[in-house]
Amino acid sequence: MNHASAPIRVLVAKPGLDGHDRGAKVVAAALRDAGMEVIYTGLRQTPEMIVRTALEEDVDAIGLSIHSGAHMVLFRKVLAMLREEGMDDVLLTGGGIIPEDDARTLAEEGVGRLFGPGAPLSDLVKYIREEVEARRKASEMKES
Amino acid sequence: MTLSAADLRDRVLAGDRRAVARAITVLERGGDDGAALHALLYPHAGRALRLGVTGPPGAGKSTLVDRLARELHGDFSRLAVLAVDPSSPVTHGALLGDRIRMGALQELPGVFVRSMASRGLLGGLGPAALEVMDGLDAAGFDLVLVETVGVGQSELDVAFAADITLVVVAPGAGDGIQALKAGLLEMADIVCVNKSDLGGAETVRNDLMAAFELSSARSEKAPAILLASSKTGEGVGALAASVRELAGDEDFRIRFGERRRRAAQRRIVGGLQREAGHAAERVLESDPVLVTSVVDGLMTPRAASHEVFRRILKGETS
Repeated sequence: MNHASAPIRVLVAKPGLDGHDRGAKVVAAALRDAGMEVIYTGLRQTPEMIVRTALEEDVDAIGLSIHSGAHMVLFRKVLAMLREEGMDDVLLTGGGIIPEDDARTLAEEGVGRLFGPGAPLSDLVKYIREEVEARRKASEMKES
Repeated sequence: MTLSAADLRDRVLAGDRRAVARAITVLERGGDDGAALHALLYPHAGRALRLGVTGPPGAGKSTLVDRLARELHGDFSRLAVLAVDPSSPVTHGALLGDRIRMGALQELPGVFVRSMASRGLLGGLGPAALEVMDGLDAAGFDLVLVETVGVGQSELDVAFAADITLVVVAPGAGDGIQALKAGLLEMADIVCVNKSDLGGAETVRNDLMAAFELSSARSEKAPAILLASSKTGEGVGALAASVRELAGDEDFRIRFGERRRRAAQRRIVGGLQREAGHAAERVLESDPVLVTSVVDGLMTPRAASHEVFRRILKGETS
């Protein structure tokens, strides 16, 4: 199957109770302008809602925006639920106020790169595009 | 998840949610894979009630769909929503935000919500919306509810894709003359004047009722015109009742049959137009003189079309 030309679908969500959704909106608009189909679900999403949406929308990637300090719990929970559903091929990435050490620990556990304040949007776009293309290619190889 | 088309079909027919989601992606992508999967699913479609919800941008369609679908969930326990939002003509990207308004609906069991980008297609639906509706139907959903992008006066595709068409309008969008114009409202089975919590909704309803009385274009009887507020929920129960009533109405069910024939014919002709278009492009690429003749005024565009058509029939397409 040729997936290469299909638009990249990304879920942008804000888990937890912090109300700072400016970053998520800026990111959603940047991904849209990069030609991606962005499913934007807004504030106060639970990990269950996020994984259910990702499943129904068959997204290539999930970007979580977290400013509450609960990133360790939330990323781990979403990652575990994705694995439970067999959705290992979905890229889980995101950003917010996340200390480097924490980002490194999460990366070791299977979370993608996390972007802090001031990270250029073009880096994020490039990262998602390259990572999704690599994953699509890998799944095609498996198929043939 | 990578599966053969036959495996995917089996899992869709069994109602596996993840398989349904992947099948939609394949159908949406189109091409040979999409066509092959559609051919496997199509024989299993045809049982679901298809409800189209359309109307201008900002009329409150998504919020109303959330409320209405929750009301209808009692009758249709397996319920799918396909929500279409526009793609950018410049970047082809899209921001699909209909789910924001459908939080409560997504909590219900048996409900499946999918966002779809229009991918440049006019008409209010995405390029594979009909195929995706067939897929959801085959997956065993009792009700397939499709919400179009915000439409103007001439994007009417949904009326051909749905058994029942609900047109949502809101106050503040023009006077009685707007209601008299041809198009969208002629296709409505039910009209909902949304935002009845704001002023002016009743005036809109009266204008619409007067317009339908003046119109003789409709072969079918005038639609019900109902006030509702998707914000407070007022009137949504009556709206659901009117959907239920139409779905159960014997005369209306006969009309479903006629509509499905009309829709099928439209799909056959539409498919042919696309294929003929591709064939015509191949002819013109292989013989650029035809285009030059039209540009130079030696041949009318219509005469060139006839010439291309003649060559396609003769098989001179490459």
